[in-house]
Amino acid sequence: MTNADEKFMQVNMGPQHPSTHGVLRLLVTTDGEVLSGVKPYIGYLHRALEKIAERVTYPQFSPFTDRLDYLASMNCNLAYAMTVEKLLNIEVPRRAQILRVIMAELNRISSHLIAFGSFSSDMGAFTPFLFGIREREFINDLFEIACGARLTYNYIRIGGVSKDIPGGFIEKTREFLDYFPAKIKEYNELLSYNAIFIKRLANIAVISPDDAFDYGITGPNLRASGIKWDLRREEPYLIYNELDFDIPVGKGEMGKTGDAWDRYMMRIYEMEQSAKIVRQCLDLLAPGDYTAKVSKVLKPPAGEVYVRAENPRGELGFYLISDGSTKPYRLKIRAPSFANLSIIPKLARGVMIADLVAIIGSLDIILPEIDR
Amino acid sequence: MTELINRILSGMSPTMPLTRLLITILIMVVSAAIVLAVSLLYEGFATYAERKVAGDIQARIGPNRVGPYGLLQFVADGVKLLLKEDIIPFYADRWLFIIAPYIVFTVSFAAFVPLSYSDHVSIANLNVGVLYMIAISSVVSMAILMGAWGSNNKWSLFGGMRAVAQIVSYEIPIVLSLLAAIIIPASLSMRDIIAYQSGGLGIFRWLVFNNPFTLIAFFVYFIAAIAEVNRTPFDIPEAESEIVAGYHTEYTGMRFAFFFMAEYGDMFVVSAIAATLFLGGWQIPFIGGIPMPVWLREVLQVGVFFTKVFLLIYVMMWIRWTLPRLRVDQLMELCWKYLTPIALFNLIGASVWVLLLHDRGVYDIIARVFTR
Repeated sequence: MTNADEKFMQVNMGPQHPSTHGVLRLLVTTDGEVLSGVKPYIGYLHRALEKIAERVTYPQFSPFTDRLDYLASMNCNLAYAMTVEKLLNIEVPRRAQILRVIMAELNRISSHLIAFGSFSSDMGAFTPFLFGIREREFINDLFEIACGARLTYNYIRIGGVSKDIPGGFIEKTREFLDYFPAKIKEYNELLSYNAIFIKRLANIAVISPDDAFDYGITGPNLRASGIKWDLRREEPYLIYNELDFDIPVGKGEMGKTGDAWDRYMMRIYEMEQSAKIVRQCLDLLAPGDYTAKVSKVLKPPAGEVYVRAENPRGELGFYLISDGSTKPYRLKIRAPSFANLSIIPKLARGVMIADLVAIIGSLDIILPEIDR
Repeated sequence: MTELINRILSGMSPTMPLTRLLITILIMVVSAAIVLAVSLLYEGFATYAERKVAGDIQARIGPNRVGPYGLLQFVADGVKLLLKEDIIPFYADRWLFIIAPYIVFTVSFAAFVPLSYSDHVSIANLNVGVLYMIAISSVVSMAILMGAWGSNNKWSLFGGMRAVAQIVSYEIPIVLSLLAAIIIPASLSMRDIIAYQSGGLGIFRWLVFNNPFTLIAFFVYFIAAIAEVNRTPFDIPEAESEIVAGYHTEYTGMRFAFFFMAEYGDMFVVSAIAATLFLGGWQIPFIGGIPMPVWLREVLQVGVFFTKVFLLIYVMMWIRWTLPRLRVDQLMELCWKYLTPIALFNLIGASVWVLLLHDRGVYDIIARVFTR
């Protein structure tokens, strides 16, 4: 340690820290309250998922994708299933496609509810967190009706979904959709337009569109910087091209475009859009097969394929190489949170400790996906 | 208290100095024990109330397992904290680490002394009561810094620095706003100040309604008082999501409980000061003028006093579970750029009012116009 370094204090933020959203360790260099540098250290949750993929068969890996972004398991299942289907050239029946969209969008809502809630508790308001949990519980109940699980669903499988939805699911979902808009209004009144909240977030940690591209930021964080990029629109998969929904982008309502408040607000707007999508899908739902005919042993032809899907936290990509056997030769996972995390050192220069918490919360990273 | 001792001693022969001394000490010990018991009981129920209020606001039930309606929850919590392992970090400054929680607790307990609970119930009717309160509550910051430094933990140090900066800063608007009220009864004794607020149906001669300046002073005082006791939105010294638990990060078991109880004790004290100086203390509203036996009057007065204090505490809890947290620089900004100048000019305004109209408040003037 040189003389110049002695001016600063080094603090470990995490891996055990209430607001690093899991086991992220940040080595923080501070001069009092002001940060002069942040260095993220990851890997505390590494489970070698990509290596495991090479040891199990294609359908066997599906449950592992639940453990990527555990708050949005459906979306991870979906991306993996689409990857293998593309390799095998499987045509998914229409009913299964609609069910997949319903589940993916409901999971997007529940994931954003947690993002909203944990962000609010990072900002010192604990009540919105429990409000978010309350609505998420409703969605968990819906998933439980559909597949029996409440967190790691493994519902979307290669070829379709694991089983058809039972009676009552549609009514219950409609009930949720009728009940939800009032709650979003409540969140906005309680938190989004709260003067203290805006003061804490406006103009904090602004991500310019150039930076967003350079760091590979995707999802709501990218759209908050004013770039209208959503895979559901740009590269429509499933039935997204038939559906009517808006892509909210950051407009800098409270400060500069791409600040922490914009990133937070994107999630609120997207929840409204997802609810709209689910409502349309329920109307489109017609009887049919819930899964394509898929053989018990999957032996895709040798080749490689890359599929990406719009997850709540950004683009989740699977790069899959097959050597013609029953197991993948190599599976590379492109996790959105990993790219989103990489911008923290840049954003966290010269801000205060409290802002660092706001930055982590507004980027809404999730560690199991980063460490895999 | 002194009166009580004198009255008992006056009935005794003056030839037994030792007995007189013993009796004096005995009465002091007994009254201290009573206050300690009452304050501990209050602190227990305050934690229960806090959890119930939080539950109510957060759409959940709160404690309901231990005892009827969960009323004995605080006993279970207390027992749990007593039985917990008492950890002193290896590199801690043992002496500072051990003594800090006791000082914090003693100080918050000592602040109960000059309070006037009813016409005749008070521990000591100090003629400098308000000054004593202000002085003794400043000692807390020293003890907090001792604990924070003694813990030898960087997060504790952050919390300690924040706490001291915050408490020292907010003393100024507190004192200035209290002065605006004190100059009207021209006394620092709690009992005299409350006695001054009699009449006007027990409401309209409250100092808060005396003139516009005292009304402003009340709100300035209350905002600053919330900061003084480190509660949301000013809870940055123990901001969980930023600096873990602030200055008491390393404390466990009963030592932690001392900090915890002191926080609730401080809440009581600042609310009691607000009730005494601005809200008429134990003046019984509406029915105060009706003749009634002394014991009934005393009981009613104690009831009225505690009701006012608990209402203010409820408001603090309500604010805590609703608002997000300010950032440390915004907190200082609020104190130095807004509250202190407002309190200062407010004090000048109040002084001019007293200079021109003496101690006649708005109610006195209106009453005089009507009776004429």
